[in-house]
This record gives sequence, C-alpha cells and structure tokens, in this order.
Amino acid sequence: MSEQMQISFILNGERKQVLVPMRLHIIDFLREKYELSSPRVGCEHGVCGACTIRVDGELARGCLMLAVQADGKTIETLEHLTQTGEIKDLQEKFVERNALQCGYCTSGMLITAADLLKQGKPASREAIRDHLSGNYCRCTGYEAIVDSIEAVMKKRVESGKRAAR
Amino acid sequence: MNVQSKPGKGGYIGQSMPRPNAVRLVEGRAQYVDDVMLPRMLHVAYLRSPHAHAKILAIRTDAAKKAPGVVLVATGKDFANIEKFAGVLAHFKGMKSAQQSVIAIDRACWQGEPVAAVVAESRHLAEDALELIEVDYQPLPVMVDIERGLDADASVIHAELKDNLCFSRDVDAGDFDAVAARADHIVEQTFRFPRHTGVCLEGRSVLGNWISADKRLTVYISHQAPNMVQDCFAKLLGLPESAVRVICVDVGGSFGIKTHVYGDELATCALSMMLGRPVKFVADRLESFVSDIHSRDHLVKGKIAVTKEGKLLAVSFEDRLAVGPYSVYPRGSAVEGNQICNITAQWYTLEAYRARMQTVFTNMAPYSNYRAVGHPVAVGIAEGLVDAAARKIGMDPIEIRRNNLIPDHAFPFQSVSGMKFEVMSHHRCLDELVKAMNYEALRKEQVELRKKGRYRGIGIASMIEITNPSAMFYGIGGVRVSAQDGCTARMEPSGSIVILHGCGEQGQGTETIFAQIAADAIGVPLETVRLVTGDTEVTPYGGGTWASRGAGVGGEATWQAARALRHNILELAALITQTDIGKLTIVNGSVVDSASGEEKITLAECGRIAYFRPDTLDSYRPELCVTRHFVPKQFPFCFTNGVIACHLEVDVNTGFIELQKFWAVEDCGTVLNPQLVDEQMRGGIVHGIGPTLFEHCIYNENGQLQNGNMADYLVPMPCEIPDMVVCHVSTPTKETEIGAKGAGEAGTAGTPAAIMNALNDALLPFNTVLTDMPFTPEKVLKGLGKV
Ligand code: FES
Ligand code: FES
Repeated sequence: MSEQMQISFILNGERKQVLVPMRLHIIDFLREKYELSSPRVGCEHGVCGACTIRVDGELARGCLMLAVQADGKTIETLEHLTQTGEIKDLQEKFVERNALQCGYCTSGMLITAADLLKQGKPASREAIRDHLSGNYCRCTGYEAIVDSIEAVMKKRVESGKRAAR
Repeated sequence: MNVQSKPGKGGYIGQSMPRPNAVRLVEGRAQYVDDVMLPRMLHVAYLRSPHAHAKILAIRTDAAKKAPGVVLVATGKDFANIEKFAGVLAHFKGMKSAQQSVIAIDRACWQGEPVAAVVAESRHLAEDALELIEVDYQPLPVMVDIERGLDADASVIHAELKDNLCFSRDVDAGDFDAVAARADHIVEQTFRFPRHTGVCLEGRSVLGNWISADKRLTVYISHQAPNMVQDCFAKLLGLPESAVRVICVDVGGSFGIKTHVYGDELATCALSMMLGRPVKFVADRLESFVSDIHSRDHLVKGKIAVTKEGKLLAVSFEDRLAVGPYSVYPRGSAVEGNQICNITAQWYTLEAYRARMQTVFTNMAPYSNYRAVGHPVAVGIAEGLVDAAARKIGMDPIEIRRNNLIPDHAFPFQSVSGMKFEVMSHHRCLDELVKAMNYEALRKEQVELRKKGRYRGIGIASMIEITNPSAMFYGIGGVRVSAQDGCTARMEPSGSIVILHGCGEQGQGTETIFAQIAADAIGVPLETVRLVTGDTEVTPYGGGTWASRGAGVGGEATWQAARALRHNILELAALITQTDIGKLTIVNGSVVDSASGEEKITLAECGRIAYFRPDTLDSYRPELCVTRHFVPKQFPFCFTNGVIACHLEVDVNTGFIELQKFWAVEDCGTVLNPQLVDEQMRGGIVHGIGPTLFEHCIYNENGQLQNGNMADYLVPMPCEIPDMVVCHVSTPTKETEIGAKGAGEAGTAGTPAAIMNALNDALLPFNTVLTDMPFTPEKVLKGLGKV
C-alpha cells in the first residue's frame, strides 16, 4: 500500500485533490474514503455490474478501475444522480413497479438504465434486456426492471415529442 | 373470517401497495453490513484450504504477524474454546454428523474451509498478510463420488462415523409391487439435479462488536433469522443469550443461504471478543463460491406405473444426494432429502409410493437448505415421470394431469405418503393455466413450426409447496429455530402505529404486508404504520424468514397483535366518549359510530388523553402496546399448490434453448399484495431456470471446484429470461384469520420440471429424452446424437 499518487478529479460535482494508493480500486476508494455506499461490491471481477459508476458520463465498473485512473475525470455515483433529480422518474417507477427486492443490484441497474434513457430513443424490451446484460439481479427475475425502464422511456419520449411540437 | 369484510376503510389487504422501505434502496441509501463503519473497526480475511481433504501438519504465521497493519493472526487452535457444532435433527432417525470447528484444526475437509485468520486495519492488508502464511498439508483421500460414496471400500471422511452416510430414509406406502403389477406400463427414468449455490449479490457479511465493559456482543449480520443467530452464537461462544444482540438491517439477497451458522462468521465475533474491537468480515465472491452452502446434487432413479387409460397408480424412486463433509449447523443437511421423501408426487391420487433416499457426506462445500428445499427435485421427479408416462401411452400432458391430480373437492386429503393437506386447487389452477397460455393455439403453432424445422416445446409442472411450517419442522428435532412469531403493536400519542416484528425483510416486502395487515386490522391509514424489524434487542422473539413463513405465520401474528390493540383503543374511546364499545369502530384513524359513521374521537385525541391526561380516566389503565404470538398447530405444514408452464424453442443445430415464456398459476391463499406475490413468483422462477439451464458447481475428482467465479458459473442474465405471466387462484387456509399461505418458493419449486418437460416435448420428433440438468447446449447436441 506504500506507493501513492496525487490525483485531482470531480466527484459528484465537487473537486477533490487527494493522495491515493496506486493499487486501490475506485470502488473501495469511493466507499471507504468518501463513504459513498451506493456502488456495491458484488463480484470484484467485472461481471455483475453492482459497482457501476459514471466516469466522464460513461458507464464504468468500479471494481475494474483503479482510483488513480480517476485523475482528471468526472466521477458520478447514484448519490449524485439522486441529488440532481436526473432519474427521479425512474427511481419512482422502480418503487411503484417493485423493480427491486433486496436492492443490492439497484444502484448499478439505475445507472445503467439511465445511460439507455439518456439516448432519448425508444427501445424494445429486447434491447432493454440487452443493455442490462452486464447487470445481474438475483432477486427480481428482471421483468419488473424492464417494465420500469420501458415505462419511463415511453413517458420521456412522449414528453420530448410534446416539447418539440 | 372473510378478509374483505375486515373493519377499517382502507382495505389495504389485497392491494398492490408499493414498499415504502424500497425508497432508500433506489436512492443508494441502503445499509448492508459492509456499509456499517464503527470506530476502531478491524477487518478479517480467512486463509482457506486449497485441498478438499488434507491433514494440516504445520502452520507458520510469523511473517504474517509482522506484516503491515496486522493486529492478530489466529489458527484453529486459537478458537479451541468455542464449542464445536453440527446440525443433527433428533427426529431424523439415524442421522449423524461429525462435529465442526469454526476454523479447521489439524484437518481440512473441503476446498475452502478456513484454516487461519488475519485481522488487520484493512481488508487489503489482511489479504496481503494471508499470502505470508505457510501451511504444510498432507493430502488425504478425497470423496466426491456420489455413486460410490457408500460402497464398502469407499474412503470414509470421518472415521468415527464408520461410513459416509449422513441420513437415509425409506418410505413404503401401499404395496408398490402389487399395485404396479396391475399397470399396463412401468416407465423408468433417471434424473440428475446439479449441485448449485445461491450467489446472493451481497456476500455473507458480519460485523462483531464486543464491548467488554458491557460484556455484550453486538452482531451486525446479513441473515434471515436474527433470533436463531442470537441463540446459536450465544451458545457456541459461551455467552448468555442476553449478552448477544443481533441486528440485520438491509440484506442483499439470501434465498436460504443466510439461514445457517458459518464458522467464519462465528470466528469473526470470537476475534472481536479476543481484541475488544469491532471486526468485520465480508465474503468476497471467490470465497463465497467455496464457503456458502451448496444445494441439490441428486442422482435419482424413478419409476411410475400407469394404465393405458392414463391412470397413474404408483411412483417409486431412489434418490442419492451429496452433501458436504459436515451436516450444517443448526438446520442440518438432511431436510432436502427428507422433504423429497415426504412430498414427491403427493399431489396425485396414487395407490402406492416407495421412496429410498440416502444423503451422503463428501469433501465438497457444506450443503444445506436453499430456496424451495427439496421441492425442485420432488417436482422434477414426479413431473418428469408423469410426462414420461404420458409419452408412453400417447396422452396429452394436460389430460394426464386432469385425470390424476387430487380433485379440488376431495380436501381435506391425506396423501399416500401420509401428508395432510387442508385445501388445494389443482384443477382450478390447471384450468386457469390452459386459458392463460392459450394451450390449444400453442399446440397448433408447434405443429406448424415443426414442419418448418423449428422445434418448440411446451412443459407443464403441477406442484405443491410446504409453507407456514409448525414446530414439527425443527423444534421437534431439538433444533432451536422458532416456528412461532411475535408481534408488538403500539399506538403512539399521535395515533400513529408502530409494529415491532421478529420476522424481517430481505426484499420480499415483509414489512409492507405487515403494515397492510396492521392498517386494516386497526383501521388506520397505511402511512401511519411504521415497522421495526431486524433487531433482537427490540423485536419480539421470532423465527425469521424461511420456508415461506413470513406472510402466513408472521402476518397472522401481526393481525392478532393489531386486533388486540384495536380492541384496547376502542375500550379507551368508549370510556372517554361514554359510548357502548359495541357501537364503535375505527375508520381511517378515527373512532366512529359504527352505524352512522359519525366521528366520535380521533386516535390522536385518544393518545393525548391516554399518555398525558390518564388522571381523567379514574381507575382505567390504557394498554396501548400489546404483543401477540402465533404458531401454526393444526397442520405440520400449510401446503400451497400451483402449476407452471414453460414454452421454449430448441435450436437443433446449436443445442441452444431459447425460453419463450412462462405462465404460473399459484394458490397462496389470501393474496395480501398481488404485485409482491407476482414478483416473488418471477424471482422464484428465475431461481428455477438457473440450475436447469446454467448453474452448476462443477467439481473434479480431487474435490476442486472448477468454476467458482461469476464468469464461469453462469447465473441467468436479463437477456436470457423471458416475460412471465403470473395468475392467482385463492383458497385461503382456515387455520388463520388472514388465510395467507407462503409464496416465496413456489416458482423455484416448479420451474425445473416445467423446463425439462418442455425440452423433451420439443425433442419428441427426435426420440430423445434429456434428464441430466443443467441442459447445456452440449448436452442437447449429445442427446440429438450430433456430438
Ligand atoms: S463488483 Fe464490479 S462487476 Fe461485480
Ligand atoms: S434486487 Fe436483489 S439482486 Fe437485484
């Protein structure tokens, strides 16, 4: 743990400058140093998607990225998406439709779904399922998750059309 | 009692209310054990045996002790004062097990058994130090062969047990041979149900905090049964029960995996006691694969006797299942096999039944109860045989079931194996299913597609499921797992209600249904009911969540407590308003005249007077906090029933199976919250899909798990799972006032059989039958003679 590096990055809208151990994964860094508990540790080998975060607006796996790689980047976790209200509709839909049981996969699911919703285009259920392929849920059987995303997508696309009119 | 006519305007029971406690989960504010941080907290990592069976000759820990950040290194001998343990149920005749220690001493019996512990300032540093520990092992013979495990020359894992038999049972009901002699056909079939595990997305986690000044241990743990943990940990650590407090906040998936006592979790608490500091252990994914309990792993040879008219006469089978080296504490490793003996094919009107089951110790990971214990195998054997019989006589799978399922009017009914059924609805469920899936149309489509070289299959599985278990499950066997639940209902001064319950939440919606029940039972708005669960310090004693007992047993305790509170509130209101209590009821948080609906007094006003001006009530003492307990007694179990259908397509060139759709019709009695029941079914179905198509703990002959990671052990992904239609038939149990039966496991129970039958239906033109799960593309191609 001895080798450290100074990094500077934006975390959930705030600029941070900090010394980090070279080998520390960003998931542990965020959870332990900043007490951001929303990214969850599910497998630590890049399969389950529970650790999904946003790096410069793109999806990333917190367990496959080192903290030092955050240097110069913008990092967002579900805490931030909650605070900005970006996915308020999706979060509400998840609760209403019961698209979560234990909730352990939920942070990753929401961030991954937000990525699809951002594209602003309608997608088939199949395409939604494909988009979620890297996010495992052991509880729900996925259907309620797909339902929720589909419903929010429809609503957003419609209100987008209305706004354009 | 008719649930619909319950007092209270809300009528929440039966509605799809969302879960208030899900909001913090979608906002990333859940609190799993790993999120709990305590001052001076340390982390432990365990060194695990790389051998499936080996003598431990020496462990050298000097270098590890000197590693940065290390506070303590401990080996098995350091835990020698902790009582050894094994799950042996006294009512299972002849059941036996060797005693297990928290950390292996002298000998490791499975790959993954902990042999040493390092406590350090961080998990990273603890893991670094693990690498500096040197262990001299002397490998011993490894037993992983389910077929040869009981042979006279098989190597015996624990010499003191004389053989590798954990438990065996024979059931012989009716005269199988005589009955079978009357059959036109006796159809035989072997089945293989793979060993698999739970893969809860949150690994097992525990944080022990021993405060020596108080002589108290607080255990934050990801678990389904807090009071069981309290009891077992206190006993094994030599503490009084009152010295152990167990807290389960959010639990990231459990599925039965988290109903057991694990040596590493107990050792973590012991380390906290040694150090006087909080110590945390979170199993990482790789160690979860080799240390979480595994399940299933059956080799079955079955027979069914059928007449040419399609009457099923008798079923017999031999089931051999492979457990781990110890019977898991405290519930044991034998319930799976026992349930299979009890229930296989018992939803049919058979004349004879013969079952022989042998549970065999092996040097694979410990094995115990996992979601739907025994049921996927019991249903798999029965429904696989029924379809085999139908194929033999050329009868439609729906028709053969209609001919043989216990008639809906025949209840109460005692099955040939002796199971007592209060009430079921097999035929109504089957009728619903046929309608919901449009069976005839699917059959027509199947014929058309076959002409084009596309092979679709339809598979049906009728089933029963044990829920709401009585003390006949564990208590009778001397296992201190509570079958009863307690609930405290309390009215606060504001008129709001607090429900404290021993049955907690792992995402099923337990707290929500309890709130719905309480709101209806008292007559208050749902949002004024708050739930407290998952803390042995404050909740009444209860069994927790397993065997689909939360809704039926825990829910009834809630109903009883809330009704008692309602009565006390009315008594108080009658006194204050000087009205006859018989003329009052509670609606929407107010006491009203039952005839006119006119408001007499609000609950808030009752609360104000009861708590702050009791002097005005003369000698009357308001009791606005009541506790009631409930345990089922009339039946050992409350059986639910249902039927599941699978529609799939097999690509006969690649062997890939594409699931098209599932339909499930289930009868869990009173449906407390339809959406929550549906989602339990869907989640359960996917837990059935996993081991039927993908999930398999593959061991080699040396007892090495070959695929213990999430890249190689395949769990169902979103793109592989189809939509699932769920329908309900409701025949409430009369044993309780709410009439609810369990709903959490039925999907898992029936799905493997439904898929197997659909696959074999699809492959009918090829004259091949596959019964060796999981049905990988390779096995399908082999069955088709293509590889
Ligand atoms: S924890 Fe990162 S993908 Fe599973
Ligand atoms: S809700 Fe439990 S893993 Fe998805």
